[in-house]
Amino acid sequence: MHVTVTVNGAERHADTEPRLLLVHFLRNTLGLTGTHWGCDTSNCGACTVWLDGVAVKSCTTLAAMADGHDVRTVEGLEVDGVLDAVQQGFIEEHGLQCGFCTTGMMMTARALLDRDPDPDEGTIREAISGNLCRCTGYENIVRAVRWAATHEAAARAADHQEVPV
Amino acid sequence: MQVPAPFEYERAGSVDEAIALLTRHGSEARLVAGGHSLLPMMKLRLARPETLIDINGLTDLDYIRLDGDELAIGAMTRHAAVLDSPLLAEHYRIFAEAERVIADPLVRNRGTVGGSLCQADPSEDLSAVFSALRGRAVIRSASGTRSVDLRDFHVGPYETAVAGAEMLVEVRVPIRARTGSAYEKVERRAGDWSIAAAGTFVQVEGDTIADVGIGLTAVGAAHFTCVEAEDLLRGGPATKEAVAAAAEVCAASCNPTVDQRGPEDYKRHLVGVLVARALNRSIAGANGGTS
Repeated sequence: MHVTVTVNGAERHADTEPRLLLVHFLRNTLGLTGTHWGCDTSNCGACTVWLDGVAVKSCTTLAAMADGHDVRTVEGLEVDGVLDAVQQGFIEEHGLQCGFCTTGMMMTARALLDRDPDPDEGTIREAISGNLCRCTGYENIVRAVRWAATHEAAARAADHQEVPV
Repeated sequence: MQVPAPFEYERAGSVDEAIALLTRHGSEARLVAGGHSLLPMMKLRLARPETLIDINGLTDLDYIRLDGDELAIGAMTRHAAVLDSPLLAEHYRIFAEAERVIADPLVRNRGTVGGSLCQADPSEDLSAVFSALRGRAVIRSASGTRSVDLRDFHVGPYETAVAGAEMLVEVRVPIRARTGSAYEKVERRAGDWSIAAAGTFVQVEGDTIADVGIGLTAVGAAHFTCVEAEDLLRGGPATKEAVAAAAEVCAASCNPTVDQRGPEDYKRHLVGVLVARALNRSIAGANGGTS
C-alpha cells in the first residue's frame, strides 16, 4: 500500500506492506534511526514518537495507521541548529549513559513539558514510567527534565519582559 | 524481529462503514483500535486476522459524557482520557484508580476502552471495573443497536458477545447516589497484568449497604465478579466484619490458575485482601470520607 506521512513537518511517501511497523518505517524506509527499536513488545519505550502530537510506542503502531497523519521523531526536536531544552537538559545533567532509551525518553519528556511546563519529580517519574532505562539512570533523567522545565520557564519570563515598543 | 503475518488493511470512516467492511471480509477480519493488545498477539501469531479494519478515524466514538442518569463512554475513548476525566472521577474513583495501574502512560495514550473490553483478556482491568459497576455494552450491527449487560459480555477468554459483523460502540454505567468505589491491584512489576485485582462500589443507606458491586480479574472469577459475596453484603450492615466475610467468599469461590504469577493459595489470599480493602475504601467513600 502507498502511505503518505508527515514526518517532522515534511511529507514523506512510500510503498509499504500493511504489516510494516511504524518504527521500521521510520528507521529502514526513511533512514531516521534516531527512533530506537528495543523490546518490540510495547514495554521499553525506546521507540517512542509522536503521532498527531501524542507520544506513542511505534513498535506497536502500524505505518499504515500513520498514513495521512503527523509524526514527530527525535530528529524533529532540534530546530534550526538549536537543541530543544530537553536535549540540552540531557547534556547538562548527564541524562544518558548508553543512550539507548534516550530518544524515547526525550520524546516523552517533551510531550510532558508541553502539557505541564512545571512538573515535580513524582509527575516526571510517572510520565516516563513507560520508558525503561537499563543503565538505571533515572535520577539524572529526572534532573534533565527538570533542567529543561526550569530553563524554558526562564526563557518565557525573559520573553515576557521584552515588551515590544 | 517480531512482525505480524501479512494481512489486508482497511480503514473505516464511520461505524456503518466498519460494519460493512466486517460483513464483506467475514470471520477472518478484525477491527483494530489502539492495537496494543491485538498487534502484540499478531506478532506472536496468537492472532492471525486476514484483514485489519482500522477504526482510529472514528473520533466520534471518543467521548465521556453524562447521558440522563448514566455515564456514557465511547468505545474509542483512550485509557488516558478515562484516567484524566473529571466527570468519571466525580462519580466513580474506581476508574482513575484502575487506569493508573493499566500498563503505562504511553500505552494508555493509544489503547482504548472498547479495544480492551473486546480483547477480553482474562486479566484485563476494565472488565473487572465494568463488571463491578454492572455497566452495559452498546453493540451496533447493520440491523440496529442492542445492549448487553457487561457481565454477559465476556463469553470466555478472548471471546465476547460481539458477533462477527457487530461493533461495540459505547459502554454505559448507571450513576448511583451515596456511592464510593475503589480499585486494588497487585502486579509483579509496574504496568504489568494483575496477579489479582478487585474493584468495588458500595452504595450506603445510613449504616446499611443498599447496593454493592464486586469486580475481580485475573483469578478466573465467572463474569469477572462474585455474585454470592454481593448478595451476602446487600441489605446488610456496612461493617468491617461483613466486608471480611464477603472477601472470604470471593477468595474461596474464584478459580485462579497456577502460573508464573503465583500459586493458587497465594492468589486466593490476595483476592481476600484486595476485596476487603476495596470494599472498606468504597464504604468510606460513600460515607463522604476519602475512599
